Amino acid sequence: MKKILSLALAAALAVTALSGCGKKAEEPQSDNTLVIGGIGPLTGAAATYGNAVKNGATLAVEEINAAGGVNGMMLKLAFEDDEHDAEKSVNAYNTLKDNGMKILMGTVTSVPCVAVADKTKEDNMFQLTPSGSSVECITNDNAFRVCFSDPNQGIASAQYIGANALASKVAVIYNSSDVYSQGIYEKFAQEAAKQNIQIVAAEAFTKDSATDFTVQIQKIKESGAELVFLPIYYQEAALILTQAEKAGLDVVFFGCDGLDGLIDQLGDNAALADGVMLLTPFAADAEDEKTVAFVKAYKDKFGKDTPNQFAADGYDAIYIIKAALEDAGISDASISISDLCDALKTSMTKITVNGVTGQMQWSADGEPTKEPKAMVIENGSYKAK
Amino acid sequence: MSFLSYFITGVSLGGIYALIALGYTMVYGIAKMLNFAHGDVIMIGGYIAFVALSSMHTSVFTATVMSIVVCILLGVLIEKIAYRPLRDASPLAILITAIGVSYFLQNVALLIFGSAAKSFTSVVPKIKLNLPVNITGETIVTIIVTIIIAVLLTLFVNRTKSGKAMLAVSEDRGAAQLMGINVNNTISLTFAIGSGLAAVASILLCSTYPQISPYTGAMPGIKAFTAAVFGGIGSIPGAMVGGIVLGIIESLSKAYISSQLSDAIVFAVLILILLIKPTGLFGKKINEKV
Repeated sequence: MKKILSLALAAALAVTALSGCGKKAEEPQSDNTLVIGGIGPLTGAAATYGNAVKNGATLAVEEINAAGGVNGMMLKLAFEDDEHDAEKSVNAYNTLKDNGMKILMGTVTSVPCVAVADKTKEDNMFQLTPSGSSVECITNDNAFRVCFSDPNQGIASAQYIGANALASKVAVIYNSSDVYSQGIYEKFAQEAAKQNIQIVAAEAFTKDSATDFTVQIQKIKESGAELVFLPIYYQEAALILTQAEKAGLDVVFFGCDGLDGLIDQLGDNAALADGVMLLTPFAADAEDEKTVAFVKAYKDKFGKDTPNQFAADGYDAIYIIKAALEDAGISDASISISDLCDALKTSMTKITVNGVTGQMQWSADGEPTKEPKAMVIENGSYKAK
Repeated sequence: MSFLSYFITGVSLGGIYALIALGYTMVYGIAKMLNFAHGDVIMIGGYIAFVALSSMHTSVFTATVMSIVVCILLGVLIEKIAYRPLRDASPLAILITAIGVSYFLQNVALLIFGSAAKSFTSVVPKIKLNLPVNITGETIVTIIVTIIIAVLLTLFVNRTKSGKAMLAVSEDRGAAQLMGINVNNTISLTFAIGSGLAAVASILLCSTYPQISPYTGAMPGIKAFTAAVFGGIGSIPGAMVGGIVLGIIESLSKAYISSQLSDAIVFAVLILILLIKPTGLFGKKINEKV
């Protein structure tokens, strides 16, 4: 029995070793190609985000290569699926490293991002997350981000509600098992107190109880809230909107970037999204030249889908990397991971990038400075408010 | 008044748990195995109904029938391919196989339908009742369907020949075989009924929470399994009562204690009940004779 087992194990080992070789041989590496790794959920519950980032980044890489690359280097995007799972994300990171990744553009979602951040720190690999918004994503000095952080979203939401006197009594439904949702909620609650907004109900759910919200909605109805703040993702938000309609809860719903994707999710009930407000740095129907060009190129390449904020984040992330590479004057793709990281870290604090998600600058802590824009959903599309 | 409406929410949630729990309890009672793939059969049933309703534009009745037929075939097929060869293997091997089947079905659905949740249009027309508390049409239909099914199942098991064969197999498989009962056919029939119930549950589940994804069946499956254990696994009225009690506990603890801790409270109550009554509310204690 033991013999058979050890034989089987040896065979398995040989197969993995061989398949590893096969993969490497398949990838033709031109002499001066810089491999940028990408990690995000391409399948699983958060797949919308990962696919959007991947598409946006792919588009940017193609544009840059068509225009002659960066300082003579061609860019190559290698993207791995992590299913929004920390463990799988670390596996994806190791796979990408085996495939010659020099820079990590990722990960897309917060929980895996925190896990991978430790790995990039160990390797001193430059990391730019397009949309990992929790604070812990970029605590290390080698990590930067494109999107707003959770605290910033929470604070900005409370300030916006306060400044525009949208409501004085606010209820919150948040996901207590998710660092993104919990993070926004905590900062929102702190800032709300300063804005004279009273939080009359703070209801939680976890990823295991994310389908039935009737009780939470009922409590909110009884609390007399005028506005419900939803620092959550669009799938739960879609269920909350349908259940709120059934329960006869008629208030303003206000959310953050996680609500992006809500309209499609509601399907036949898309009308329920009308009047929902959200803070997001990108709107596909904005009329500035950059956005129009990006939306057109994206639709031409990926079919009918309108790019969302995550696609814009991915697109910007690649252009930010390009700007940093140019600033640092890197022209040789064979530079070591660690040297590249040290050079880019310094350059990041010097550059200003005017992307589709706004004009951005970075401090050494990795946070971008840019203005959030409030959007309201009207007849199935985002309108700037 | 608010208590009443939380209570009704709990009953409606519990109705769905009960409907799913009936499938678990049937299969456990007769085949003596935990069919962990039950939740995923529900998910497949939901997708069939989804395709029928939104792509083929069939009537609700046709969609339900299609979903039931596909689920029955799937259930019987799973039993034949995955469980029957292991009939005399250790219970642990069968349990692991069931978990494997569950993952297999989830990944097949992922491949075919993709990971994004699809929005499901409720099959129950919207109703407006002039009541002080809010009751949705889905709640009423779920509870009525669950009661009808429980009654029919009890009658079937106690009054028909095949039902009695099931009882016999559940009591002593070897002796049943000696008495001329075809054990394999009886177990296949059990899986067919369990999977048919799964199809009905799937349509009600997806109507109440109008989304379907490859993971739709996983959590309700676990909750319903809990409900079946709670009521005494193997017992049809037990599954019914267990499901509804579980739903009510969940709803009330969300409302009055903490929406964060509701799952913890539900499982704490389960542990308490099992400490006091290890066979569950309606479970029978069977003495092993030596």
